[in-house]
Order: sequence, then structure tokens, then C-alpha cells
Amino acid sequence: MATIDWRIRRLAQTVFTVWAVTTLSFVLVRLMPGNPMGAMVRQLEQQGVDPVRARQLVELRLTIDPNEPIPIAYVDYIVNVLSGNLGQSVYYAEPVTQILAQAMPWTLFVLSWSLFISFFIGIVAGALMAYWEGGKFDVGLTSWAILMGSIPYYVLAFLLLIFLAYRLNWFPTSGRAPTGVPAGFNWPFIKGIVHHATLPVLSMLVASGVASLGMRGNSIRVLGSDYLRVARLRGLSDTTISTQYIARNAVLPMYTSFLISIGEMFGGSVVLEQVFQYRGLGYYLLAATYQRDYPLMMGGFVLITVAVVLALLIADLTYGLVDPRAGGQNSDSY
Amino acid sequence: MTDHTIEDLLSDDEPTETPDDGDARTDGGSVTSPFDVVSQYEETRRDRYRKLYDAYVYAPVSIIWKDWRARIGFTIVAFYLLMGTVGPLLVDEAVVAEGPALAQPFENWAYPLGTDDMGRDLFSQVVNATPEMLKMITSGALFTVIVGTTVGGIAGYKGGTADTVLSSITDVFINIPAFPLVMVLALLLPIGGNPWVIGILLCVASWGGLARAIRSQVLTLRQEPFIEAARAIGVPTPKIVFKEIIPHLMPFVVINLTNAARRVIFEAAALYYLGILPFENLNWGVTLNLAYTAGAHYRPQALHWFIVPMVAIVFISIGLILLGQSLDRVFNPRVRARHEKTTEATEDPEEGDGTNTDVVGGL
Repeated sequence: MATIDWRIRRLAQTVFTVWAVTTLSFVLVRLMPGNPMGAMVRQLEQQGVDPVRARQLVELRLTIDPNEPIPIAYVDYIVNVLSGNLGQSVYYAEPVTQILAQAMPWTLFVLSWSLFISFFIGIVAGALMAYWEGGKFDVGLTSWAILMGSIPYYVLAFLLLIFLAYRLNWFPTSGRAPTGVPAGFNWPFIKGIVHHATLPVLSMLVASGVASLGMRGNSIRVLGSDYLRVARLRGLSDTTISTQYIARNAVLPMYTSFLISIGEMFGGSVVLEQVFQYRGLGYYLLAATYQRDYPLMMGGFVLITVAVVLALLIADLTYGLVDPRAGGQNSDSY
Repeated sequence: MTDHTIEDLLSDDEPTETPDDGDARTDGGSVTSPFDVVSQYEETRRDRYRKLYDAYVYAPVSIIWKDWRARIGFTIVAFYLLMGTVGPLLVDEAVVAEGPALAQPFENWAYPLGTDDMGRDLFSQVVNATPEMLKMITSGALFTVIVGTTVGGIAGYKGGTADTVLSSITDVFINIPAFPLVMVLALLLPIGGNPWVIGILLCVASWGGLARAIRSQVLTLRQEPFIEAARAIGVPTPKIVFKEIIPHLMPFVVINLTNAARRVIFEAAALYYLGILPFENLNWGVTLNLAYTAGAHYRPQALHWFIVPMVAIVFISIGLILLGQSLDRVFNPRVRARHEKTTEATEDPEEGDGTNTDVVGGL
């Protein structure tokens, strides 16, 4: 085991996860009692569609052929998914891949900003809390962080929507881009996008509360360590100590919680995009659930999972660059 | 020495006496075999229970009670427990048109938190939703902790193939975003409205993090001398895992229990709000959903309809966070070590913990 490079193992694990999720979606659609495939065939037949034609339609939409035995249908399905064919949406009558591909950048836009801003705030606040530990600032900020941690992001989203959008009219109440402005690389459009994305990004900032508490704990631990005393005895400047000795060591363990946040935020995008009617991945996933549009729903589910898995893979592979001690190990070693 | 003596020594509570060989029994000093007498004085069953009580009940409770966070956290959680058990007996179920539509809160004692647009009492809605919520929280949190601890414990302790298989499964669950999975499962599986099942469903993908953490802790623990000793004298593996290793992980597990509980509340409310979970009775999430569909977010006179369930959700999570944090302070040796140097914190936690470790060592 140990002889195999961890990067290869990590890659194998990613492939395994994607395979597991795809298989799960196949099992749910094809094998479960009362499964969507059977339901779709029956529904079409009831609408008076010729049984042969109905089965063809279902195959087109779900990329699973109802006539074939399960093992063959399964292999076909996997091949289809791998080649990017997720079937055809019933409600939108468009290929699932196409719908999701145009929604994806919007979700990534909101999520990446939420992640970076909330972790930046969390790290700075946590470091300050640790620096003034026990003081008024620390107590105040700790209480604030606890409160932030207790508020689900969607509750904050409601509050922002009610007060900043409906009451004060500072931000648009729904949508993802300004209407009547040509899409493209022009200032009004970019400004409009940022304007629409502000409230969703702000709602996700609740994550900064938990992050700041984690950072505070790490910093306090580093502050109590022996090498820091030695560094002070050596007469190193305060700047060197705080940036090279404290900040670096305290931030590194935050990486793991950063990784976990990626998955949680992707999941959270479903509720958030519903609240703000922001047409991203989560919005279409939810719309598909309401419409019982199974191809779009399963496609959205598979795609969100793949996106998260890839994000985690990239983050893990680059971890060695951030932490030289990890050399040949990934974030698991923490 | 006869077998009679050994028998007497073993049955410490009620020695059966035969009048003739009193001297064989009276002094423990004249034993011929080193195996006859183990301890200088006998420990009765009651002593043992008292020590256990000291170590696991009295000391932690007294430590916790000295921390303001823990006090608030416990009070809030206890309040919700009361609301979930006694509440429904005292507060009648909300019915349509028991008051005027959209009555404002704090105006009439018949409906203290106001009413919704069908004149249903919001306070009663909150109270009567609590038992179901508590059931979900219990089953979900227990499921997370049991599966996470078992999988992580076995993977870490067994090693080899078991570890490879279990770790791969764990990694899959860590990588999958939980919320979309739960959403799809809730829609496609015939779960019905049973709160216990819903609780488990909500946590079906969220035990991975705990399992990984437990595994790495077990990997460290199994190198400890006392575990090696247990292995050397041939204690069966399940007994070592559950009697020696798991108790050392308990603090960690308890903290994760509160986190899992918080996750269940957040996710349940979100899924009910989205209208994905089937429901029969009103609960916090369903109330949110109804308020949103009725446009309470842009109708100022309906604002309280939105705020009431939100406060119910936020309040219990504050309680759970405070509880988890204070438990962390009690159990986390790093926090303790840091605070040993400061003067203000030295008084209580260390004292309490001193007794704790002493008693455990004595056992």
C-alpha cells in the first residue's frame, strides 16, 4: 500500500466515488420498487402513446433501455454518463447536459466567492480573537461566532431577502442577471451580476463563524507551543513571529474544514438558489424534483457530486504546495 | 490450605462459616500461594459504583456547571426537551380559525406569538412540532455516532483489508455532498412520514467525517501500552474495541453528537421548507414553507409568521452549540493545558479533572 504513490491512490478513490454515485443513481432509477423508469413508461402509455414508442422515449430521456436486461442496461448507462450524455429533460425538452452546463458557472461564481470571503473573514477574526484571548473583543466575537454558527444559511438568506431586498430595495429580490442588459463583457452586465450575487454570497457567510472558532483554537494552541518561546528568546521580530510562526501553522489545519465546506456549500446551493430564484445548478435540481423530471434530477445529482469530488481532488493534490511538511501526503495526515 | 479457603476469599460479601477451621480463614497473611490474596482490602460492589459515579457523573457535571456556556446550553436544550414532552399535553393542537388571520404577536394571550393567515396559533404550531423534531434529532444523531464510531473503530483497529474496504467506503461518503443525496433519496424512497426514519435518512451520508476522525484516533490509541497489554493477555478484539478504546473516544463522540443534532435540524427544516419530505402535521420547516408561499417575506403584516419558526430553529442550535463547546472545554486537554498557565481559569476545571483522572487511575 505504502509503496503506491498517494496521488494515484487519491485518483483511484475519486474514480471509485464517481462510479459509486453513478451506480447508485442507476439503482434508484431502474431497480427500486416503484422506480421512476416504470412510472415514466406507464405514464406515457396512459397518455395513449404506443408502448413501443413509449419505451423508446424513456430510453432517450433516461438513457436506460427498459427492454434490455439489467446488466446490459447498466453498462450502457455508465458508458452514456461517462461520455457526457445524461439524457434529456422531460420538462425543458433539452439535453440535461446542456441545461446544467449553462447553470454551472453561476453556481460556481457564487460558491467560490462565498468560500473565499467567509474563510478570509473567519481566519482574520479567529487570529484576532486568539491574540486578545479572554479580552472583551474575544468574548464579543466568540458570541458572534456562536450566533453565526447557530443560524442556518437559509434563515440568514430569508432575513437578507426581507430586509435588504424587499424593505430597503438595495438588492434585487430574485434572478441572476439584470434584464434588458446584453450579456457580455460590459460594465453594466458585470455590475448587474455582482449585484444579484451579493445576497446569496452574504447568506453563506455564516460559515465564517465556525471557521473563526476553528482558527481561534488553532492559534491558541500554537501560541502555547515551545518553539514560539524559543523564537521569542532568539529575539525575532514580532512580524516574523506572527506571520511565519503563528499564522502559517494555525492556518494549515483550516484546510480540512475548507474542504468540508466545499461539499456543504454545494449542497446548500439548492436551498439558497430557491430562496433567491437564482438559476444555478441547485435551482434546476429542485425544479426537476418538483416536476418529477427524473432525467434532469439524476443528472443534476450526478453532476453536483462530480463537481464536489473534483474540487476536493484538486484541493488535495495542491495541498503539498501549501504545507511542505505534508511532502508526499495529503490532507488526511491531519 | 484447602479449596475451601480460596472459595472464602473469592466470596467477599458473605463468607460461609464453618466453626472448625476458623484460623484458616481469619488471616490473609499466612497464605502460601501468591495468587490467594490480590488486594490489601476488598472493594465492595458499592465502592465500585461510587467510584464510577464519581468519575463519570459527578466530576463532569460539576465541571460543566461552573462554565456559563454549559449552563445556558443545558438550560436551552432542557427547555426544548420539556417542550417536546410536556408541551403537547398543555398546548392544544393548532386548528384553523381559532383566532383572526395574521394576528400580531404579543397582543393576545390566547395566541401569544400571533397567528398565520388561516388563524392558526403559531405558538401551538411550534410546540406541537417539537416532539417530532426531537425524534428526528435523536435517531439521526445516534445513527451518525453509532455508524461513524463503529466503522472508524473497526477500520482503525483491525487494519489490513478491513481498513482498506471501510476507509474506501468512508471516503466515498465524505466526498458525496450530503444534501442533494438526501433530497434525491427522500423523493425516490418510500419513507413515509415516520420521524425516526427521516432522522436516519438525513444523516445517511454525514457519518464519514466522524468515522475518519475516529479511525485516526484509534490508530494512535492502539499503540498505547494498556491496549498492547490487553492484547497480550488475550482479551477478545470486540471487547478491546468497545471496553478499552471507545471509552477513550467518548468525549469526541459526545461533541459530535451535538453537531449531528444541529445538522438534523438544519436539514430537516430545509427539506420541509422545500416541500420535499412528506408531512401530515405542521412543523418548523412546513410553517416556513407556508409562510413563503403566502408571500410573508414581502408582506410586513405577515412577517412574524416567518420569524417564529426561524427563532425556534436558531434557538435550539444555539443551545446545542454552547453545549458542544462546553463539552469540548471539559474534555479537550489542549484547552486545559493552555489554561493552566493563566490564573483565572485554574480554579475549577483542573480541580475537577484531577479527581476524574485520579479515580480512573485508581480503578
